[in-house]
Amino acid sequence: MSGRNPDWAALALVPVLAILALPLMDVRSWVALTAAGAAMGMMLFLMASGLTLIFGLMDVLNFAHGAFVTLGAYLAATVLGALAGWVGADALVANLAALAAAVAVGAVASGAAGLLFERLIIRRVYGAHLQQILITVGGMIVGEQLILAAWGAQPLQVAKPAALRGSVIIGGAAVEKYRLVAMALGVAVFALMQVALNRTRIGLLVRAGVENREMVEALGYRIRRLFVGVFVAGTALAGIGGVMWAVYQEMVTAAIGADMTILVFIVVIIGGLGSVGGCFAGAVLVGLVANYVGFLAPKLALGSNIALMVLVLLWRPRGLFPLARA
Amino acid sequence: MCGRPMPEDALLRLDGVHTHIGRYHILHGVDLTVREGRLTMLLGRNGAGKTTTLRTIMGLWRAGAGAIRFTGADITARPTPDIARLGIAYVPESMGIFGHLTVRENLLLAAGPAGFDAARLDAVFALFPVLRAKFQQAAGTLSGGQKQMVAISRAIIEERRLIIVDEPTKGLAPAVIGQLIEAFQALKRARTTVLMVEQNFHMARALGDEVAVMDDGRIVHTGPMAALAADEALQARLLGLSLASHQ
Repeated sequence: MSGRNPDWAALALVPVLAILALPLMDVRSWVALTAAGAAMGMMLFLMASGLTLIFGLMDVLNFAHGAFVTLGAYLAATVLGALAGWVGADALVANLAALAAAVAVGAVASGAAGLLFERLIIRRVYGAHLQQILITVGGMIVGEQLILAAWGAQPLQVAKPAALRGSVIIGGAAVEKYRLVAMALGVAVFALMQVALNRTRIGLLVRAGVENREMVEALGYRIRRLFVGVFVAGTALAGIGGVMWAVYQEMVTAAIGADMTILVFIVVIIGGLGSVGGCFAGAVLVGLVANYVGFLAPKLALGSNIALMVLVLLWRPRGLFPLARA
Repeated sequence: MCGRPMPEDALLRLDGVHTHIGRYHILHGVDLTVREGRLTMLLGRNGAGKTTTLRTIMGLWRAGAGAIRFTGADITARPTPDIARLGIAYVPESMGIFGHLTVRENLLLAAGPAGFDAARLDAVFALFPVLRAKFQQAAGTLSGGQKQMVAISRAIIEERRLIIVDEPTKGLAPAVIGQLIEAFQALKRARTTVLMVEQNFHMARALGDEVAVMDDGRIVHTGPMAALAADEALQARLLGLSLASHQ
């Protein structure tokens, strides 16, 4: 945040990890794995950034967050299926327009579902963590079942736009084109969030509200309205993450969001609950570790992110970039 | 109560206010009047209910019974942001500083939608010159006294009808307390209405026009501050102190 000295040790973690991995493999593998890790990290960031914002400002543990990821993923299948002509066209502009349409529909629909969820469910459990856990886990289950009722139980194929299939050669390594798009979108969303948080009055209010909600109210601001806005933005981001993940996987099941929930929570905890910058760093770390360990020691891949979280918390018990809170 | 005489210049008035926090009954019918252009001190022993009274006025804790009127309008059940928007600034005991935000951002939150009024910002810097140098610094890195200056500046960066301050000198060094006294004296000269809770009797005596003393959730004494300052026996009875020990 502005006005504070950067935490260089925490900031150095991602580059240090990447450099340490280099001697353990050949350069081409390292480039490919680093790109894959960064792309996975960006998609995780898209899914997790909303969760950390919602927790940071509203103190709400939303275990139903994965349902909004799933909704985005299914909408990606539907929209890209409907725009099959653009998806299969031999024109980059048409391909990107199809993906942009899926992202827009995913964001708007997930945000609208988020608004409904906040109004009907979340507003009744502000300040009550145990009730939040119970009711949002229930929301996750109900959300999954509603999605199954709407789209059916069969997994859906998701068409990847033609120009985004295949790879480009970078440093002698093949890097999937779609991963570059995911990276670009993740970085763009992060940059937008930084501008919104640090250069606008609403961003200032969000940052102040994360630290001391009561004082924001005593200054004359209706923080509940801000809560709703942030919840909608957070669930819209989950929807965007779901769209990108679905296209990456080229397959959607109703469990796609629930499957990502554990990773998303690991990202948020590593980054420091409520910190968008921490979420970004945590997502990249998780993406890199998953790819490096998957290559070097595949049998350890499953537990590698849990181990990463444990190590980070042993070093920084409140995550890499914890927020001060009144 | 309703039969209590109402001064013509009453800006804020509490009538028979009761407040519960959980199962605890903290305020037992508080009657208090804050007159416009005056600095009213709210004194009392620890646990007397002073902070609860201020938080109840701001709507941060709800009055279970009684009425709170500001400029004649009933604000008892209004939400905190609406109360603040009536022109009431609140400086809590904890100061309520946003430590991750810069001094500038802390003040900007309290400024109007158009941003800073240059003349008022200059007036703040005139009261607390150190804040000009620290303007772009994170408020969390300031000393306790400087944080209190930010908290008070936030209350006066826009024109307010009433400033409510909870123990501004708590934990501060004597030199800083002297600076705060000067700042509040400047506010008094500008006829700013202030309701202040204070444990430091030296500060209370130096600044107070009126005084209300609380005990066990009730107002047990009201009157001119000068009269209480001059009556050591009354101080000993109401506050358990003598002025001599607080020179």
